[in-house]
Amino acid sequence: MQISAPFDYARATSVDDAIALLDRFGEESRLIAGGHSLLPMMKLRLARPEALVDINELAELSYIRDEGDHVSIGAMTRHHELIESPVLAQRFPIFADAGRVIADPLVRNRGTIGGSLCQADPGEDLTAVCIVLDTVVVLRGPSGERTLTMAEFHRGPYETAAEHNEILVELRVPVRPRSGSAYEKVERRVGDYAVAASGAAVSLAEDGSIAEIGIGLAAVGLDDRPAQAEAALRGQHPSDELIASAAKLTADAVDPIDDLRGTAEYKRHLAEELTKRVIALAIARAKGAQS
Amino acid sequence: MTHISVEINGQRVEREVDPRVLLVHFLRDDLGMTGTHWGCDTTNCGTCAVLLDGRPVKSCTVLAVMADGHAVRTVEGLEVGGELDPIQQGFMEEHGLQCGFCTPGMLVTGRALLDANPHPSEGEIREAISGQICRCTGYATIVRSIQWAADHPAGITNGQAEKEEVPA
Repeated sequence: MQISAPFDYARATSVDDAIALLDRFGEESRLIAGGHSLLPMMKLRLARPEALVDINELAELSYIRDEGDHVSIGAMTRHHELIESPVLAQRFPIFADAGRVIADPLVRNRGTIGGSLCQADPGEDLTAVCIVLDTVVVLRGPSGERTLTMAEFHRGPYETAAEHNEILVELRVPVRPRSGSAYEKVERRVGDYAVAASGAAVSLAEDGSIAEIGIGLAAVGLDDRPAQAEAALRGQHPSDELIASAAKLTADAVDPIDDLRGTAEYKRHLAEELTKRVIALAIARAKGAQS
Repeated sequence: MTHISVEINGQRVEREVDPRVLLVHFLRDDLGMTGTHWGCDTTNCGTCAVLLDGRPVKSCTVLAVMADGHAVRTVEGLEVGGELDPIQQGFMEEHGLQCGFCTPGMLVTGRALLDANPHPSEGEIREAISGQICRCTGYATIVRSIQWAADHPAGITNGQAEKEEVPA
Protein backbone atom coordinates (compact mmCIF):
# COMPACT_ATOMS: atom_id res chain seq x y z
CA MET A 1 0.00 0.00 0.00
CA GLN A 2 1.39 3.37 -0.99
CA ILE A 3 0.77 5.92 1.74
CA SER A 4 2.38 9.33 1.81
CA ALA A 5 4.32 10.69 4.76
CA PRO A 6 2.15 12.60 7.26
CA PHE A 7 1.29 16.22 6.50
CA ASP A 8 -0.87 19.02 7.82
CA TYR A 9 -3.87 19.88 5.69
CA ALA A 10 -5.88 23.05 5.24
CA ARG A 11 -8.54 23.97 2.76
CA ALA A 12 -8.21 27.49 1.36
CA THR A 13 -11.37 29.59 1.21
CA SER A 14 -9.97 32.28 -1.09
CA VAL A 15 -6.77 33.02 -3.01
CA ASP A 16 -5.63 35.38 -0.27
CA ASP A 17 -6.39 32.73 2.35
CA ALA A 18 -4.28 30.23 0.38
CA ILE A 19 -1.36 32.66 0.28
CA ALA A 20 -1.68 33.29 4.04
CA LEU A 21 -1.78 29.53 4.69
CA LEU A 22 1.37 28.98 2.62
CA ASP A 23 3.14 31.68 4.65
CA ARG A 24 1.89 30.24 7.92
CA PHE A 25 2.91 26.64 7.10
CA GLY A 26 6.28 27.77 5.73
CA GLU A 27 8.66 26.72 2.96
CA GLU A 28 7.86 22.99 3.11
CA SER A 29 4.16 23.48 2.37
CA ARG A 30 2.64 23.11 -1.07
CA LEU A 31 -0.54 23.90 -2.91
CA ILE A 32 -2.58 20.96 -4.12
CA ALA A 33 -5.01 21.33 -7.03
CA GLY A 34 -6.14 18.20 -8.93
CA GLY A 35 -3.34 16.33 -7.19
CA HIS A 36 -2.78 13.82 -9.99
CA SER A 37 0.94 14.60 -10.18
CA LEU A 38 1.61 15.53 -6.56
CA LEU A 39 -0.23 12.69 -4.79
CA PRO A 40 1.50 9.91 -6.78
CA MET A 41 4.86 11.54 -5.98
CA MET A 42 3.91 11.78 -2.30
CA LYS A 43 2.82 8.13 -2.26
CA LEU A 44 6.27 7.15 -3.55
CA ARG A 45 7.81 9.64 -1.05
CA LEU A 46 9.49 11.44 -3.93
CA ALA A 47 7.73 14.48 -2.48
CA ARG A 48 7.28 15.00 1.26
CA PRO A 49 5.52 18.32 1.85
CA GLU A 50 4.93 19.08 5.52
CA ALA A 51 1.59 20.69 4.71
CA LEU A 52 -0.88 20.81 1.84
CA VAL A 53 -3.02 23.83 1.07
CA ASP A 54 -6.02 22.53 -0.89
CA ILE A 55 -7.32 25.01 -3.48
CA ASN A 56 -9.98 22.74 -5.01
CA GLU A 57 -12.81 24.77 -3.49
CA LEU A 58 -11.70 28.04 -5.12
CA ALA A 59 -14.50 28.37 -7.67
CA GLU A 60 -13.23 31.91 -8.26
CA LEU A 61 -10.33 30.34 -10.21
CA SER A 62 -12.51 28.19 -12.47
CA TYR A 63 -13.61 30.02 -15.62
CA ILE A 64 -12.96 30.52 -19.33
CA ARG A 65 -13.85 34.06 -20.46
CA ASP A 66 -13.68 35.61 -23.91
CA GLU A 67 -12.42 39.17 -23.29
CA GLY A 68 -12.26 40.16 -26.97
CA ASP A 69 -8.53 40.69 -27.43
CA HIS A 70 -7.69 37.73 -25.21
CA VAL A 71 -9.25 34.72 -23.51
CA SER A 72 -8.81 34.41 -19.75
CA ILE A 73 -8.55 30.94 -18.27
CA GLY A 74 -8.73 30.47 -14.49
CA ALA A 75 -5.97 28.28 -13.08
CA MET A 76 -8.41 25.77 -11.53
CA THR A 77 -10.10 25.09 -14.87
CA ARG A 78 -10.04 21.31 -15.18
CA HIS A 79 -8.79 19.45 -18.22
CA HIS A 80 -12.25 18.24 -19.21
CA GLU A 81 -13.46 21.85 -19.17
CA LEU A 82 -10.70 22.83 -21.62
CA ILE A 83 -11.95 20.12 -23.98
CA GLU A 84 -15.63 21.03 -23.63
CA SER A 85 -15.29 24.85 -23.85
CA PRO A 86 -17.03 26.38 -26.92
CA VAL A 87 -14.91 29.53 -26.50
CA LEU A 88 -11.66 27.57 -26.73
CA ALA A 89 -13.01 25.38 -29.55
CA GLN A 90 -13.64 28.52 -31.57
CA ARG A 91 -10.55 30.51 -30.60
CA PHE A 92 -7.88 27.93 -29.82
CA PRO A 93 -8.66 24.37 -31.00
CA ILE A 94 -5.18 23.35 -29.78
CA PHE A 95 -6.59 23.12 -26.22
CA ALA A 96 -9.04 20.37 -27.21
CA ASP A 97 -6.38 18.62 -29.32
CA ALA A 98 -4.02 18.50 -26.33
CA GLY A 99 -6.72 17.99 -23.70
CA ARG A 100 -7.97 14.81 -25.35
CA VAL A 101 -4.52 13.20 -25.10
CA ILE A 102 -3.82 14.15 -21.49
CA ALA A 103 -3.92 10.97 -19.42
CA ASP A 104 -7.49 9.59 -19.52
CA PRO A 105 -11.05 10.90 -18.97
CA LEU A 106 -11.05 10.17 -15.24
CA VAL A 107 -7.77 11.98 -14.66
CA ARG A 108 -9.06 14.88 -16.77
CA ASN A 109 -11.99 15.23 -14.36
CA ARG A 110 -9.50 16.26 -11.65
CA GLY A 111 -6.43 17.69 -13.39
CA THR A 112 -6.18 21.47 -13.77
CA ILE A 113 -4.37 23.73 -16.21
CA GLY A 114 -2.68 25.64 -13.40
CA GLY A 115 -1.52 22.43 -11.76
CA SER A 116 -0.09 21.12 -15.03
CA LEU A 117 1.87 24.31 -15.67
CA CYS A 118 3.20 24.56 -12.12
CA GLN A 119 4.19 20.89 -11.98
CA ALA A 120 6.07 21.45 -15.28
CA ASP A 121 6.60 17.77 -15.96
CA PRO A 122 8.77 17.49 -19.10
CA GLY A 123 6.22 15.14 -20.68
CA GLU A 124 3.29 17.40 -19.86
CA ASP A 125 1.24 18.90 -22.73
CA LEU A 126 -0.25 22.22 -21.64
CA THR A 127 3.07 23.99 -21.16
CA ALA A 128 3.83 23.56 -24.86
CA VAL A 129 0.30 24.70 -25.72
CA CYS A 130 0.65 27.88 -23.65
CA ILE A 131 4.13 28.55 -25.05
CA VAL A 132 2.99 28.50 -28.69
CA LEU A 133 0.01 30.75 -27.93
CA ASP A 134 2.19 33.48 -26.31
CA THR A 135 0.18 33.02 -23.12
CA VAL A 136 0.63 35.49 -20.26
CA VAL A 137 0.83 33.94 -16.80
CA VAL A 138 -0.69 35.80 -13.83
CA LEU A 139 0.80 35.00 -10.42
CA ARG A 140 -0.57 36.35 -7.15
CA GLY A 141 1.45 36.57 -3.94
CA PRO A 142 1.42 38.51 -0.65
CA SER A 143 2.33 41.77 -2.39
CA GLY A 144 -0.14 41.48 -5.25
CA GLU A 145 -0.13 40.25 -8.84
CA ARG A 146 2.60 40.06 -11.45
CA THR A 147 2.43 38.93 -15.06
CA LEU A 148 5.06 36.85 -16.84
CA THR A 149 5.57 35.49 -20.33
CA MET A 150 5.71 31.70 -20.61
CA ALA A 151 9.46 32.01 -21.31
CA GLU A 152 9.85 33.82 -17.98
CA PHE A 153 7.52 31.48 -16.09
CA HIS A 154 8.64 28.07 -17.38
CA ARG A 155 12.29 27.52 -16.40
CA GLY A 156 12.60 23.85 -17.33
CA PRO A 157 11.61 20.43 -16.04
CA TYR A 158 9.78 20.74 -12.70
CA GLU A 159 10.88 24.35 -12.33
CA THR A 160 8.90 27.58 -12.67
CA ALA A 161 9.28 31.19 -11.59
CA ALA A 162 6.46 30.88 -9.04
CA GLU A 163 7.68 31.62 -5.52
CA HIS A 164 6.66 29.39 -2.64
CA ASN A 165 3.87 31.74 -1.56
CA GLU A 166 2.62 32.63 -5.03
CA ILE A 167 -0.37 31.12 -6.81
CA LEU A 168 -0.86 30.91 -10.54
CA VAL A 169 -4.33 32.45 -10.80
CA GLU A 170 -4.94 33.09 -14.50
CA LEU A 171 -3.70 32.51 -18.03
CA ARG A 172 -4.34 35.15 -20.68
CA VAL A 173 -4.22 33.94 -24.26
CA PRO A 174 -4.02 36.68 -26.88
CA VAL A 175 -6.56 36.51 -29.72
CA ARG A 176 -5.10 37.16 -33.16
CA PRO A 177 -6.88 37.59 -36.50
CA ARG A 178 -6.88 34.76 -39.06
CA SER A 179 -5.33 32.35 -36.57
CA GLY A 180 -5.28 28.59 -36.13
CA SER A 181 -3.60 26.12 -33.82
CA ALA A 182 -3.10 22.37 -33.45
CA TYR A 183 -1.43 19.75 -31.26
CA GLU A 184 -0.47 16.16 -31.92
CA LYS A 185 1.13 13.55 -29.70
CA VAL A 186 2.40 10.00 -29.99
CA GLU A 187 1.94 7.90 -26.86
CA ARG A 188 2.56 4.20 -26.37
CA ARG A 189 -0.97 3.65 -25.08
CA VAL A 190 -3.89 5.73 -23.82
CA GLY A 191 -2.99 7.59 -20.67
CA ASP A 192 0.77 7.38 -21.01
CA TYR A 193 3.03 10.40 -21.15
CA ALA A 194 4.12 11.51 -24.62
CA VAL A 195 6.87 9.75 -26.52
CA ALA A 196 6.93 13.06 -28.34
CA ALA A 197 4.40 15.81 -29.00
CA SER A 198 4.28 19.01 -30.99
CA GLY A 199 2.02 22.05 -31.09
CA ALA A 200 1.78 25.03 -33.40
CA ALA A 201 -0.15 28.29 -33.52
CA VAL A 202 -0.21 30.50 -36.58
CA SER A 203 -1.80 33.78 -37.60
CA LEU A 204 -1.93 34.82 -41.23
CA ALA A 205 -1.51 38.28 -42.73
CA GLU A 206 -4.22 39.60 -45.05
CA ASP A 207 -2.19 38.45 -48.06
CA GLY A 208 -2.10 34.88 -46.70
CA SER A 209 1.53 34.95 -45.58
CA ILE A 210 2.50 33.80 -42.09
CA ALA A 211 2.40 36.82 -39.76
CA GLU A 212 3.04 34.98 -36.49
CA ILE A 213 4.09 31.41 -35.77
CA GLY A 214 4.67 29.57 -32.50
CA ILE A 215 6.04 26.04 -32.26
CA GLY A 216 6.39 24.11 -29.01
CA LEU A 217 7.21 20.50 -28.15
CA ALA A 218 6.83 18.15 -25.20
CA ALA A 219 9.06 15.29 -24.02
CA VAL A 220 11.93 15.94 -26.45
CA GLY A 221 14.24 18.14 -24.37
CA LEU A 222 13.32 21.55 -25.76
CA ASP A 223 11.94 24.09 -23.27
CA ASP A 224 12.12 27.10 -25.60
CA ARG A 225 10.57 27.56 -29.01
CA PRO A 226 12.65 26.51 -32.03
CA ALA A 227 13.67 30.02 -33.12
CA GLN A 228 15.25 29.08 -36.43
CA ALA A 229 12.23 27.08 -37.56
CA GLU A 230 9.89 29.93 -36.65
CA ALA A 231 12.11 32.49 -38.42
CA ALA A 232 12.05 30.35 -41.57
CA LEU A 233 8.26 30.55 -41.63
CA ARG A 234 7.59 34.12 -40.53
CA GLY A 235 6.64 36.45 -43.40
CA GLN A 236 6.54 33.60 -45.93
CA HIS A 237 3.65 32.21 -47.92
CA PRO A 238 3.02 28.66 -46.67
CA SER A 239 3.91 25.71 -48.90
CA ASP A 240 4.55 22.03 -48.27
CA GLU A 241 8.29 22.53 -48.90
CA LEU A 242 8.48 25.47 -46.50
CA ILE A 243 6.67 23.54 -43.76
CA ALA A 244 8.90 20.50 -44.30
CA SER A 245 12.04 22.60 -43.99
CA ALA A 246 10.75 24.25 -40.79
CA ALA A 247 9.95 20.83 -39.36
CA LYS A 248 13.51 19.73 -40.19
CA LEU A 249 14.90 22.79 -38.37
CA THR A 250 12.70 21.89 -35.39
CA ALA A 251 14.08 18.34 -35.34
CA ASP A 252 17.60 19.84 -35.35
CA ALA A 253 16.72 21.94 -32.28
CA VAL A 254 15.36 19.19 -30.02
CA ASP A 255 17.52 17.21 -27.62
CA PRO A 256 15.67 13.99 -26.72
CA ILE A 257 17.08 11.14 -24.63
CA ASP A 258 16.89 7.36 -24.98
CA ASP A 259 14.43 5.95 -22.46
CA LEU A 260 11.69 3.35 -22.04
CA ARG A 261 9.43 5.31 -24.38
CA GLY A 262 11.82 5.23 -27.31
CA THR A 263 15.24 6.06 -28.66
CA ALA A 264 16.44 9.62 -29.15
CA GLU A 265 16.52 8.95 -32.91
CA TYR A 266 12.88 7.85 -32.95
CA LYS A 267 11.80 10.87 -30.89
CA ARG A 268 13.68 13.22 -33.21
CA HIS A 269 11.87 11.64 -36.16
CA LEU A 270 8.55 12.12 -34.36
CA ALA A 271 9.39 15.76 -33.57
CA GLU A 272 9.89 16.43 -37.27
CA GLU A 273 6.81 14.53 -38.49
CA LEU A 274 4.45 15.84 -35.81
CA THR A 275 5.67 19.41 -36.26
CA LYS A 276 5.05 19.15 -40.00
CA ARG A 277 1.49 17.96 -39.38
CA VAL A 278 0.57 20.54 -36.75
CA ILE A 279 1.90 23.48 -38.75
CA ALA A 280 -0.12 22.34 -41.78
CA LEU A 281 -3.24 21.81 -39.67
CA ALA A 282 -2.85 25.15 -37.87
CA ILE A 283 -2.59 26.92 -41.23
CA ALA A 284 -5.63 25.05 -42.59
CA ARG A 285 -7.61 26.05 -39.50
CA ALA A 286 -6.45 29.67 -39.84
CA LYS A 287 -7.71 29.70 -43.42
CA GLY A 288 -11.00 28.21 -42.27
CA ALA A 289 -11.30 30.94 -39.66
CA GLN A 290 -10.91 33.59 -42.38
CA SER A 291 -14.36 33.03 -43.82
CA MET B 1 -7.06 14.34 12.31
CA THR B 2 -9.52 16.28 10.21
CA HIS B 3 -13.29 16.17 10.53
CA ILE B 4 -15.07 15.44 7.24
CA SER B 5 -18.70 15.21 6.22
CA VAL B 6 -19.32 13.38 2.96
CA GLU B 7 -22.56 12.38 1.27
CA ILE B 8 -22.07 8.75 0.24
CA ASN B 9 -24.79 7.15 -1.88
CA GLY B 10 -27.23 9.72 -0.56
CA GLN B 11 -26.32 9.29 3.13
CA ARG B 12 -24.33 11.81 5.14
CA VAL B 13 -21.25 10.26 6.76
CA GLU B 14 -19.11 12.10 9.32
CA ARG B 15 -15.68 10.88 10.41
CA GLU B 16 -12.31 12.02 11.73
CA VAL B 17 -9.62 11.10 9.19
CA ASP B 18 -5.86 11.43 8.85
CA PRO B 19 -5.40 13.84 5.90
CA ARG B 20 -3.15 11.35 4.10
CA VAL B 21 -5.89 8.70 3.89
CA LEU B 22 -6.97 8.16 0.31
CA LEU B 23 -10.64 8.12 -0.60
CA VAL B 24 -10.42 4.46 -1.66
CA HIS B 25 -9.09 3.42 1.77
CA PHE B 26 -11.61 5.63 3.57
CA LEU B 27 -14.41 3.82 1.74
CA ARG B 28 -13.02 0.33 2.15
CA ASP B 29 -11.30 0.42 5.55
CA ASP B 30 -13.11 3.12 7.52
CA LEU B 31 -16.60 2.48 6.16
CA GLY B 32 -16.31 -1.19 5.18
CA MET B 33 -17.60 -0.45 1.69
CA THR B 34 -15.49 -2.95 -0.24
CA GLY B 35 -17.46 -2.71 -3.47
CA THR B 36 -14.95 -0.14 -4.65
CA HIS B 37 -11.83 -2.10 -5.51
CA TRP B 38 -8.28 -1.12 -4.71
CA GLY B 39 -6.05 -2.02 -7.64
CA CYS B 40 -2.84 -0.60 -9.01
CA ASP B 41 -2.53 2.27 -6.50
CA THR B 42 -0.92 4.35 -9.27
CA THR B 43 -3.83 6.06 -11.09
CA ASN B 44 -3.61 3.60 -13.97
CA CYS B 45 -6.13 0.78 -13.66
CA GLY B 46 -9.33 2.59 -12.70
CA THR B 47 -10.97 -0.17 -10.69
CA CYS B 48 -11.17 2.28 -7.76
CA ALA B 49 -13.34 4.67 -9.78
CA VAL B 50 -16.17 6.37 -7.90
CA LEU B 51 -18.38 9.29 -8.86
CA LEU B 52 -17.42 12.55 -7.17
CA ASP B 53 -20.24 15.04 -7.68
CA GLY B 54 -21.36 12.85 -10.58
CA ARG B 55 -18.05 12.61 -12.43
CA PRO B 56 -15.87 9.49 -12.35
CA VAL B 57 -12.53 9.88 -10.56
CA LYS B 58 -9.83 7.48 -9.43
CA SER B 59 -10.26 7.27 -5.67
CA CYS B 60 -6.63 6.15 -5.16
CA THR B 61 -5.60 9.65 -6.23
CA VAL B 62 -8.09 11.70 -4.23
CA LEU B 63 -7.65 12.35 -0.51
CA ALA B 64 -10.66 11.57 1.65
CA VAL B 65 -10.44 15.12 3.03
CA MET B 66 -10.91 16.44 -0.52
CA ALA B 67 -14.37 14.81 -0.58
CA ASP B 68 -15.47 16.83 2.47
CA GLY B 69 -18.74 18.57 1.60
CA HIS B 70 -19.10 16.66 -1.66
CA ALA B 71 -21.21 13.75 -2.92
CA VAL B 72 -19.63 10.35 -3.59
CA ARG B 73 -21.44 7.56 -5.39
CA THR B 74 -19.98 4.06 -5.33
CA VAL B 75 -20.97 0.79 -6.96
CA GLU B 76 -23.06 0.05 -3.84
CA GLY B 77 -25.19 3.07 -4.71
CA LEU B 78 -26.27 1.76 -8.12
CA GLU B 79 -28.90 -0.65 -6.85
CA VAL B 80 -32.02 1.11 -5.59
CA GLY B 81 -34.71 -0.66 -3.55
CA GLY B 82 -33.57 -4.11 -4.61
CA GLU B 83 -33.63 -3.22 -8.33
CA LEU B 84 -30.32 -3.38 -10.12
CA ASP B 85 -29.38 -0.36 -12.18
CA PRO B 86 -29.73 -1.01 -15.94
CA ILE B 87 -25.94 -0.77 -16.18
CA GLN B 88 -25.63 -3.72 -13.77
CA GLN B 89 -28.29 -5.65 -15.68
CA GLY B 90 -26.40 -4.95 -18.90
CA PHE B 91 -23.27 -6.54 -17.48
CA MET B 92 -25.33 -9.63 -16.61
CA GLU B 93 -27.10 -9.79 -19.97
CA GLU B 94 -23.99 -9.27 -22.09
CA HIS B 95 -21.46 -11.09 -19.91
CA GLY B 96 -19.58 -7.87 -19.10
CA LEU B 97 -17.39 -9.47 -16.47
CA GLN B 98 -15.10 -12.44 -16.18
CA CYS B 99 -12.94 -12.17 -13.04
CA GLY B 100 -14.88 -9.12 -11.91
CA PHE B 101 -11.97 -7.09 -10.61
CA CYS B 102 -12.41 -4.09 -12.91
CA THR B 103 -16.21 -4.26 -12.74
CA PRO B 104 -17.05 -1.69 -10.03
CA GLY B 105 -15.04 0.97 -11.86
CA MET B 106 -16.55 0.04 -15.22
CA LEU B 107 -20.06 0.16 -13.76
CA VAL B 108 -19.83 3.63 -12.22
CA THR B 109 -18.05 5.06 -15.27
CA GLY B 110 -20.71 3.52 -17.50
CA ARG B 111 -23.45 5.03 -15.31
CA ALA B 112 -21.84 8.49 -15.47
CA LEU B 113 -21.48 8.21 -19.25
CA LEU B 114 -25.16 7.36 -19.74
CA ASP B 115 -26.26 10.12 -17.34
CA ALA B 116 -24.37 12.65 -19.49
CA ASN B 117 -24.96 11.00 -22.86
CA PRO B 118 -27.91 8.56 -22.96
CA HIS B 119 -27.16 7.36 -26.51
CA PRO B 120 -23.38 7.02 -26.80
CA SER B 121 -21.69 5.61 -29.90
CA GLU B 122 -19.35 2.66 -29.52
CA GLY B 123 -16.44 5.09 -29.87
CA GLU B 124 -17.80 7.27 -27.07
CA ILE B 125 -18.17 4.23 -24.80
CA ARG B 126 -14.61 3.13 -25.54
CA GLU B 127 -13.34 6.66 -24.87
CA ALA B 128 -15.26 6.83 -21.57
CA ILE B 129 -13.65 3.63 -20.23
CA SER B 130 -10.21 4.32 -21.71
CA GLY B 131 -8.83 5.12 -18.25
CA GLN B 132 -9.73 1.67 -16.99
CA ILE B 133 -8.06 -1.65 -17.52
CA CYS B 134 -9.72 -5.06 -17.85
CA ARG B 135 -6.96 -7.62 -17.51
CA CYS B 136 -9.27 -10.37 -18.78
CA THR B 137 -9.36 -8.10 -21.87
CA GLY B 138 -13.12 -8.43 -22.02
CA TYR B 139 -13.59 -5.02 -23.56
CA ALA B 140 -15.94 -6.18 -26.32
CA THR B 141 -18.49 -7.47 -23.82
CA ILE B 142 -18.03 -4.47 -21.50
CA VAL B 143 -18.82 -2.16 -24.42
CA ARG B 144 -21.86 -4.29 -25.32
CA SER B 145 -23.01 -4.24 -21.69
CA ILE B 146 -22.97 -0.44 -21.57
CA GLN B 147 -24.71 -0.37 -24.94
CA TRP B 148 -27.38 -2.72 -23.54
CA ALA B 149 -27.99 -0.29 -20.67
CA ALA B 150 -28.29 2.57 -23.16
CA ASP B 151 -30.85 0.56 -25.14
CA HIS B 152 -32.81 -0.34 -21.99
CA PRO B 153 -32.92 2.83 -19.87
CA ALA B 154 -35.67 1.35 -17.67
CA GLY B 155 -33.79 -1.94 -17.33
CA ILE B 156 -35.59 -5.20 -16.62
CA THR B 157 -38.64 -5.06 -14.40
CA ASN B 158 -40.74 -8.11 -13.49
CA GLY B 159 -38.32 -10.21 -15.48
CA GLN B 160 -39.10 -8.41 -18.73
CA ALA B 161 -36.63 -6.22 -20.55
CA GLU B 162 -38.30 -3.12 -21.90
CA LYS B 163 -36.39 -2.01 -24.91
CA GLU B 164 -36.69 1.65 -25.69
CA GLU B 165 -38.83 2.39 -28.74
CA VAL B 166 -36.52 3.09 -31.63
CA PRO B 167 -38.05 5.42 -34.24
CA ALA B 168 -38.28 3.75 -37.66
